[in-house]
Order: sequence, then C-alpha cells, then structure tokens
Amino acid sequence: MEKLIELKGISKAFDGETVLDNISLDIHDNEFLTLLGPSGCGKTTTLRIIGGFEFPDSGDVMFMGQRINDVPPHKRNVNTVFQKYALFPHLNVFENVAFPLRERRVPRAEVEEKVKEMLSLVLLSGFASRRVTSLSGGQQQRVAIARALIGRPKVLLLDEPLGALDLKLRKDMQQELKKIQKATGITFIFVTHDQEEALTMSDTIVVMSQGRIQQIGTPQDIYNEPKNAFVADFIGESNILDGVMLGDYKVRFSGQTFRCVDKGFDAGERVDVVVRPEDVDIVAGDKGKLLGTVTSVTFMGVHYEVIVDIGGFKWMIQTTDFVAEGERVGLFIVPDAIHIMKKSEYSGLYGDYSSFSNELDGLSDPDAGGEAEP
Amino acid sequence: MRRRGAARALLAPYGAWAALFIVVPLGFVAYYAFTDNNFAFTFDNISRFFTARSVVDGTEVYTYLLIFWRSLKLALISTVLCLLLGYPLAYIMARAGDRAQKIMMILIMIPMWMNFLIRTYAWMTILQDTGILNGFLGALGLEKIHVIGTESAVVIGMVYDYLPYMVLPIYSIMAKMDVRLLEAARDLGCNGFSVLRRVIFPLSLPGVLSGVTMVLIPSISTFYISQKLGSGRFFLIGDAIEGQYAANNLHFAAAMAFILMVVLLLCMAVMKELTVRYTGEGERA
Repeated sequence: MEKLIELKGISKAFDGETVLDNISLDIHDNEFLTLLGPSGCGKTTTLRIIGGFEFPDSGDVMFMGQRINDVPPHKRNVNTVFQKYALFPHLNVFENVAFPLRERRVPRAEVEEKVKEMLSLVLLSGFASRRVTSLSGGQQQRVAIARALIGRPKVLLLDEPLGALDLKLRKDMQQELKKIQKATGITFIFVTHDQEEALTMSDTIVVMSQGRIQQIGTPQDIYNEPKNAFVADFIGESNILDGVMLGDYKVRFSGQTFRCVDKGFDAGERVDVVVRPEDVDIVAGDKGKLLGTVTSVTFMGVHYEVIVDIGGFKWMIQTTDFVAEGERVGLFIVPDAIHIMKKSEYSGLYGDYSSFSNELDGLSDPDAGGEAEP
Repeated sequence: MRRRGAARALLAPYGAWAALFIVVPLGFVAYYAFTDNNFAFTFDNISRFFTARSVVDGTEVYTYLLIFWRSLKLALISTVLCLLLGYPLAYIMARAGDRAQKIMMILIMIPMWMNFLIRTYAWMTILQDTGILNGFLGALGLEKIHVIGTESAVVIGMVYDYLPYMVLPIYSIMAKMDVRLLEAARDLGCNGFSVLRRVIFPLSLPGVLSGVTMVLIPSISTFYISQKLGSGRFFLIGDAIEGQYAANNLHFAAAMAFILMVVLLLCMAVMKELTVRYTGEGERA
C-alpha cells in the first residue's frame, strides 16, 4: 500500500500544556485507520492537524510526499466529518451535500447527478429537499458523510462521528461506514474512545495516551499482543500482574511458575503479565495452579463475570459456567493465554478488579497487585 | 385549575398595564385621527395629509407627502450606512478576544448613556462652518467644507445615534454562531471570503433584519436631529407631527402619527416575511 500521509515528529502544546509529544505515523492509501484513546490523549488534535485546523509546533505533516504544514484546510485534499456534524442549518439536504461542488462551480446537471449518487450511497434518496434540522441524528450523520465525500477527497477524517447515536444505530452505522470506505476506496481516519468500535471497524488501530502513540497494529495485534499495561487495560478487560521472567518460555507470577510463549527477555527481568478474562478456566479447587475465593458473580447475559481473590489480587474471569459466591476455586491458564509485556510507565496502574474504572481505583488496596509477587 | 387561576392572577397587573399604556393610547391616536375639533367623525385629517399643497422655491408641491418622502429617503440612507458600518464592526467584535469584546461593547454603549439632545448639540459644534471639523481641516491646510444644514449632516446625526441598534443584534447572532460551521465551510473548500458569503452572512440574516428594523423605524420618525443639524431646512415627518402638536392641532398630528404607524407596520410585516423566506426560521411554527 502506498504511503498517503506521514506525520513526522509532531509536537503540539496549548498554553504550555503538551497535547502531542513527538507523534510519528504513516497512513496508507485505502486504509481504515482508527485513533483510539481516552479523552485528552491527543487524538482529536492529531486529526485537526491533518485537516489543517491546527498547526504543529514542531514536526512535519507530509501528504503524498509534500510538506503541507502551512496549507490551509480548503486547499487540502482532505475532508472532515465533524463531531456534531456541523451541517449548515440555512441549507436543505441537497444544498448541504452540494456545498463543495458549488464552491468549485461545477455545472448544474453534474451537481444534480453527483448529489443524487451520494444520497443513495448514504441511503438518503428522497430526502434531498428536507431541512437538515428536521432529520434524526443518524440521518444528519449520513448527510455529513455525503457532504464530506462528494468532493472525492483522498482522505476522510471522522471525529467521533457515532458518539451521539444510540447503541443499535451506532452498530448499523459502523457497518455502513465500513461498507462506504470499501466502496469508495478512500482512506478513513477515524477518531474514537470506544475500543469496541475501533476493533470492529479498523484495518489499523493507533492507541494513544497522554499525547503519545502507545501501539500501532491490526485489531488482532492490539488485542492479543498489547504492548504495555495501558493498551492491555484500555482494549478489552485484562488481568495485569507483576511477574518475573525465569528464562525463555517461563514466567513466574502469583507465586507460581507458568509456561508461556514469549522469549527474548533477560532471566530475572521484571515484566507485566496480561491474562484476558475469557482465557481463564475455573476448575475444581485442587486441579488449578492458582487457588482463590469467588468474591462476586455478575450475570452478563452471554456469560458470568466472576471476580476471584487470589492472594489479595482480584482476578476477573468470564465464564459460561456458574460458580457460587464464596466458593473456593482453582484457575487454569494455558500458555497461549499468557501475554508478557515489558515494564512501562503504566505498570502497576491497572489490572486489579477491585474496581472497574480508574476513578474508583483509589478505593482499592494499592498494594493488592504487589502481594502476588513471589 | 387552581394553578391556572393563579397564573392568571399574576398576569393581571401586566395585562392592566398593557391596556392602560399601550392599547388605550393607540385607541386615542386613532380616535383623534378620525375626528374633527368637535369630535365628529371625519376623514379630513387623513385626506389633508395626502392632498395639502404649498409652494416651495416657486414650485407647488404636496407638502406632507414631500416631507414623508424625505423622511423615508433619509431613513433608508441612514439604515444602509448603519448596515455598511455596523456589519463589519459586529463581525470584528464577535471574532475578537473576550477582553476586546467587552471593551468594544462598552465603547458602543457609552454614547447611548448620554442625553440625545446633548449628543445632537455635540454634532452641531463639530459640523458647524466654524466648528471642530473645519478647524481640524484648516489646521491641516485643507479646504473647509460646509456640512451643517445639509442632508448629509442629518444623516450623520442619525447614523451616529442609531448605529448601536444595528451592531448589537448582528453581534449577538455572530457571537453565538457555531465555530464548527465555519471550520466545515473551510474544510469543504471555501476561502475566507467564501465562508463569509456562503455561511456567515446567510446565518446572520436574522440579526441583519432585526438591526434594519430597529434602525429604520426610529429613523423614519426621527425629529430634532433634522431641526438642529439640518438647520430646520429638512423638515421630517417627526418634526411635522411635533409641530402640529405644539400648535395644538391634535387631530391632524394624530392622523399623521396614525399613517406613519400603518406604514411602519407594513415595513415590519415585509421584514418578517423576508426573515422567514431567507432563513426558514419560524417555518415549522
């Protein structure tokens, strides 16, 4: 795939506060790329720099090999779908979609034809003469997409475009966007804080935190091989433990030694160990390597979410088998399910399931993770 | 039911106030306009407005129609000038920083706190043949100009007085305008001027129309400015009404006020229609 956009060492600060810290990123032709991270991680600023609404303090933005740092938005071959759509309230659906063509003085018949084609692409044929203020959120969303696509940009930027829609509509729009991206072959750069959305739609996910890129990879890479504790915690649910590599394929955590599939660490190197909740089997107490007490069971529909206390560390396990609260159970983990990560600045911040959100982490015992150390 | 009764009781004083100070006086204006000195019904006052003639500079003219036409002309010129000056000012204010916005707002408001008569006298001292303006021009070695007693002087006075009424409604719409709409327009290929023409201006139309209404209406019925700055040579409809009242011709003064009111109501209806047509506002109401 051809390189379309290159960000080279981009930094940006607002009022002395660093928002982007030396970001470098390649974006390819015909790619569906998602910038994923919590609010304040710099993903929207990255998007606005590509769109031309912000200028980097340092670093270069390259578009097809040319430096475009100082090119204003209207001269960039890039269009944006704004967070709350930003449709023009004084124009009807047709004129909103035709807006970019009118600016280029496209002949009337051609405008007519292209708008028709776009409206049918976003399933809004027959809405041409409606006022945009009379449309539902999902319809407004699709008008915004049609308006941004009609000028045939090389790249479409989408700033949390599904945030305001309800869950079911959001899922439909995820499918719809993916279809549109495939049909048009236009590169999509999508910003979201919703990890599930990122996993379902993207070819490539860029996980960001605190103005830095944490990991770039396919959804499978990101989920199965998170690079550090932040990524592991942010994408899906994870039990993140302190561990020590004893040598290749051998790791020790929670007071036990496990076989794993990772190598290349120094013997005795301290690492973060990630185990996904769905990868843990609950077995009879005497058959598991780890032994603990069930402290909570929550029915989730498809499965139960079980919290098991092992040496003070609260594990989350997702299972379809029912266990009772207070039961003594064993945990069994296959080597494939144990992911080893290098220590990072995020180590020790996440991983224990005494609480689910970062906000309430303070309520849990801060040493809970450490007690499992051998 | 009880709450409804309570609401009605609370509204009663306002209803009484409106009746006493708005409806009753309007009724009196209409009553005086259509009666003679003995309070017998007549159309004479109205027809006098349309038919009275007099000789000005050797030609016979329709006295009051001429005055009315002059009022309308000067009011339209002033309104257009207010718009041309006020629109860019409102735009600059809305785009300025918080502090600058506050300062500009105060600068616009301060003249409004001063008495209208004093402001008009101030303009007389500026515009007089031996006034501040000509003193300044003389000091620069430029030719003196004669402004006082011309229509231009009247227009200057009206623009000065009514400019804030143009700036404030436009400013308040522009300050509320969603910045993302402007970004969207830039994103979709508009340069700065295009953004102004295709997005900012159409969206600011309700403000423009209410500004135009707020300037046009008082400037049609303005008086005193024309007497002082026009040296009494440009009698306006407001001056005519004032003159008739002063001469105790209450019935004819009321007739002129009544005709002016009807014309202004027609103007407002047209404005309202234009607002709906160009912005779609109120369309679904």
